[in-house]
Amino acid sequence: MKKLQNTTSNTISKIAAPAVAVALILLLWHWLSTSGVMPEFMMPSPGKVLKAFREDFPILCRHGATTLQEAFLGLFIGIGLSFVIATLMDACRPLMNGIYPLLIVSQTIPSIAIAPLLLLWFGYGMFPKVVLIVLTTFFPITIGLIEGFASVDRDGLNLMRAMGAGPVKRYLYIKLPSALGYFFSGLKISVTYSVVGAVISEWLGGTEGLGVYMTRVRKSFSYDRMFAVIFFIAAVSLLLMLLVTIIKWLIMPWERKNHKHA
Amino acid sequence: MTLLRTEQISVSFGQQKILENISIRLQQGEIVSLLGVSGAGKTTLFNVVSGLLIPDSGKVYLKDRDVTGKAGQVSYMLQKDLLLPYKTVIDNVSMPLRIRGMKKREARARVQPYFQEFGLEGTEKKYPGQLSGGMKQRAALLRTYLFSDEVALLDEPFSALDTITKSAMHKWYLDIMEQIKLSTLLITHDIDEALLLSDRIYILGLPKGASPGDGGQITQEIRLDNKSERSPEFLLTDQFLTYKRRIIEAIGGIS
Repeated sequence: MKKLQNTTSNTISKIAAPAVAVALILLLWHWLSTSGVMPEFMMPSPGKVLKAFREDFPILCRHGATTLQEAFLGLFIGIGLSFVIATLMDACRPLMNGIYPLLIVSQTIPSIAIAPLLLLWFGYGMFPKVVLIVLTTFFPITIGLIEGFASVDRDGLNLMRAMGAGPVKRYLYIKLPSALGYFFSGLKISVTYSVVGAVISEWLGGTEGLGVYMTRVRKSFSYDRMFAVIFFIAAVSLLLMLLVTIIKWLIMPWERKNHKHA
Repeated sequence: MTLLRTEQISVSFGQQKILENISIRLQQGEIVSLLGVSGAGKTTLFNVVSGLLIPDSGKVYLKDRDVTGKAGQVSYMLQKDLLLPYKTVIDNVSMPLRIRGMKKREARARVQPYFQEFGLEGTEKKYPGQLSGGMKQRAALLRTYLFSDEVALLDEPFSALDTITKSAMHKWYLDIMEQIKLSTLLITHDIDEALLLSDRIYILGLPKGASPGDGGQITQEIRLDNKSERSPEFLLTDQFLTYKRRIIEAIGGIS
């Protein structure tokens, strides 16, 4: 009974604590923008932002569709590339030793720094944007997969070998499924990177997309609308993370069934 | 009929000899234990017999066919059940058939009847994490059996279980072996287990006066007679104690 009470109060605090935190931040924000500490046009109050969000919602959705299109295209190419590279690196030691340091170093380059170069090389269309997204989403997934492949139980592989399984079957039955959890951890990060990457590349040029719209409202000093775009991007990213969690839940049923003794 | 035999197997890793001139044989329907202290090279010998490791010298014969260094000839079960956590029990068990290229549906239908025989009915659609340790080992043994009903190599299959489960598994194992007559080579460091389950016991260890660089050898072979009366009660008889004393002496435990 005591345990039950504990879990109930835990659940309440899990919901109540962040709600209180958010409420406090909103109050502070509201006070800052209405008390005159900050000029109101620079820091519009939460109410004004909400109003802008409601008014702009159809426009946000239209631009969001473009951004998501780029993000998904880049993400899917990134996922495909990750599987190919991680599998090759896992199968071939010299390749691993050669590429792994490069992968790490490549992540120290901020994407905002290479975006202008990509635009310079590939123009203002969708292509450079997708390239940037591929570059940013590729890394977390590849690292996840490499770790996942390496985490495989050697005895399990030996057992498969003893049962006569060749490299392809060992990959399909052991390596790939063992790496799935790691893949989803990487994907959860990459999916938000893909949206951020798309927005960053849109800042620098283009005709459609949340980044383009954001630049536009910033230049017209409509900061309430700019805040609305930021919240819209955050909401989209959160929804995508939720989507990844749901997909993982669906295709890894053993995750929720294992460790629960029947 | 001799089903499996090794001839003069020697293995060394660098300067360190692991096994020296190991010749053992397994008759049809026999359960033979390899008993020895940890590090005596028991698992190395299994790796050779299962074809995962090529010995420096010596041969492995399965029904007079040279299978040295050929994997996929005999089935293998380890202390860890090694059931794949992401596959249901029935798909785990049918893994050997799937590796041979059988379709999933057909493989499931083929293995289904064994679930009752192995006391696993009702677990088909569960995941390994939902099973107890003993049930996992049952499933692992069924998988081993489905890979090959000729020869099984069991590497300390019950050693990770608690004492009570282990004792129950021994009883279950003796019963199931009566039915399936699987010829088995069993690694164990548990003297009671070896005496309870086997027809013969090979002691693998270092011979008297050996130096640290020497490899393990078969120092003694012990034949147990009354296999038909074998049950957990056997562990309480005088005969059992006589055997046990002999083995402890052979291992070098009583000086």
